Amino acid sequence: MKLKPMGATQEEYYRGIRMVPYDLVKELVLAMAGVGVLTLLAAAVFSSPDVAPVTIAAWAQSDPVDFVTTATGELAGSTTSAGYGNPYNTNGEGQSWGPIAPQKWFGTRIPIDSANAYVIAPLQRAGFSNPDLGTALSTWQSASADQQSSWLDAYTKALATATVSNGNVSVADGDYGPLTVMMSNLLGVAQTGGLDGLLMINGRFYQTDYTQALLFMGDGSYLSGLADKWNLSGDLWGMMNETGLYPGQTWLWLYTMWYQVFPFNSDSGVIGLNAGNADLGIILLMTVLTAVLALVPLIPILRDIPRWVPVHRLIWREYYKAPRTSRAPA
Amino acid sequence: MDVTKPAFVPATEKPLSWTARVRQVMEGNLPMDHLLPDRQPYYVGSWVYVFGVVTIAALVWVVASGIVLSFMGPQWWHDSNLGHFVNSVHFWAVQLFFLFMVLHLWGQYFMAGWRHGRAATWMIGVVIFGTSILTAFTGYLSQENFASQFIAVNAKDAMNGAGIGAFFNVLNFGQMYGLHVMLLPIGVTVLVVMHIVMVRARGVVKPIDAEGGARS
Repeated sequence: MKLKPMGATQEEYYRGIRMVPYDLVKELVLAMAGVGVLTLLAAAVFSSPDVAPVTIAAWAQSDPVDFVTTATGELAGSTTSAGYGNPYNTNGEGQSWGPIAPQKWFGTRIPIDSANAYVIAPLQRAGFSNPDLGTALSTWQSASADQQSSWLDAYTKALATATVSNGNVSVADGDYGPLTVMMSNLLGVAQTGGLDGLLMINGRFYQTDYTQALLFMGDGSYLSGLADKWNLSGDLWGMMNETGLYPGQTWLWLYTMWYQVFPFNSDSGVIGLNAGNADLGIILLMTVLTAVLALVPLIPILRDIPRWVPVHRLIWREYYKAPRTSRAPA
Repeated sequence: MDVTKPAFVPATEKPLSWTARVRQVMEGNLPMDHLLPDRQPYYVGSWVYVFGVVTIAALVWVVASGIVLSFMGPQWWHDSNLGHFVNSVHFWAVQLFFLFMVLHLWGQYFMAGWRHGRAATWMIGVVIFGTSILTAFTGYLSQENFASQFIAVNAKDAMNGAGIGAFFNVLNFGQMYGLHVMLLPIGVTVLVVMHIVMVRARGVVKPIDAEGGARS
């Protein structure tokens, strides 16, 4: 197919139409100045949100029971990240819709062993000159899986009625094996800020990957509790919000809206789409909707709506004021 | 040497080189009076036409403030008043960019701006919108504050559920920051330049009933 040169097309296209003077460069310069004034004014008057990030140390100091409960859950494999599935481990099925299972397809690309990453490895590093902790770790590692499970069950139940004194977590007497020593040491390391460093640095010096630390914090309820206070939670249209009275990613309203409506907020759902695979379903839906938006020029009805809805008559009101016979030719 | 032969073969007698073909296409499609016109059809008078140019203006402010932020480094906007102010300029320029872009998109929809061979211009516009959303998303993840922490923790499930998280790890600040300050802004800028060139090459579309329909 031979395309007509567009230069020739534009002259043909406007043939017979009255042309008026127009200064493109002046318009652009004025637009940049106007938008600049608006931006600088908004920045000076309203500033921008910058609530300090949460550290593991702050979490361990503010809510030690939640911290210890989460760490015990990591050891037991009962936290969200421990049973997540890909890309972190193979302990969960991941989301799928019929044969569509991309979470499974791409495998364990970011492997994280929760028990080792969040409890055992940090304690091994922290226990370098702590014989009590070293003994506790040896006892734990040499115990059978059944024995470990028994200690974990008992300790987890006891944590439900735990008390806090001087930042330490106390539980009722029971057979917890080495867990009490391990968890009190982990809590102590975390409260001093040591666990932030141990999870981040992890044998390296330069580091920009916060995956381990953020997954760990996400497993607890401290981070999500603060997010609730800032109206950032998913049921409050989370990701499009920002801390304080600032606009967030409001352009994500449609994406976020789907989480609030059927079938994505329902356990049963329809045609296999429900709250359990809402993330996959909504990403697929938004991909289709984006493609539809891009293809509007080719889709009957959608491309005809502008002709039926007379908004264009407001936009080109000067043009439509003129009698039909004196308008520009087609 | 055979002096009876001409010193050069006229272009019409031999296929054009690739370079000459590219030049010919560029000259044919985008003469300077189309790229920088000083006359427009009389019906180009609505404020709706302003939304496109103010979107570009906001993008210039986004990129300019972003260059300053990236040059000074990620701690600067937390630790100094000037850094925080430039961060605020970046933040509000982004908000205005999206506001103007959405108004431009709706304006073009109700003008059926894709008519008369302009469908590709509309489609690239939608791609710009999507790429801008991704760019802003990586920006929110790169703020290094509480919002970026929680957005990352929340968003990972969407990315992982769709399999994207295996390659696009929202919990990895280094990856998000690199994408935000380098690849994605270049992508948006290149797409915007393509969009503008296509608009200027074709010119603005006629009012809807000038041809009796809204079809492309």
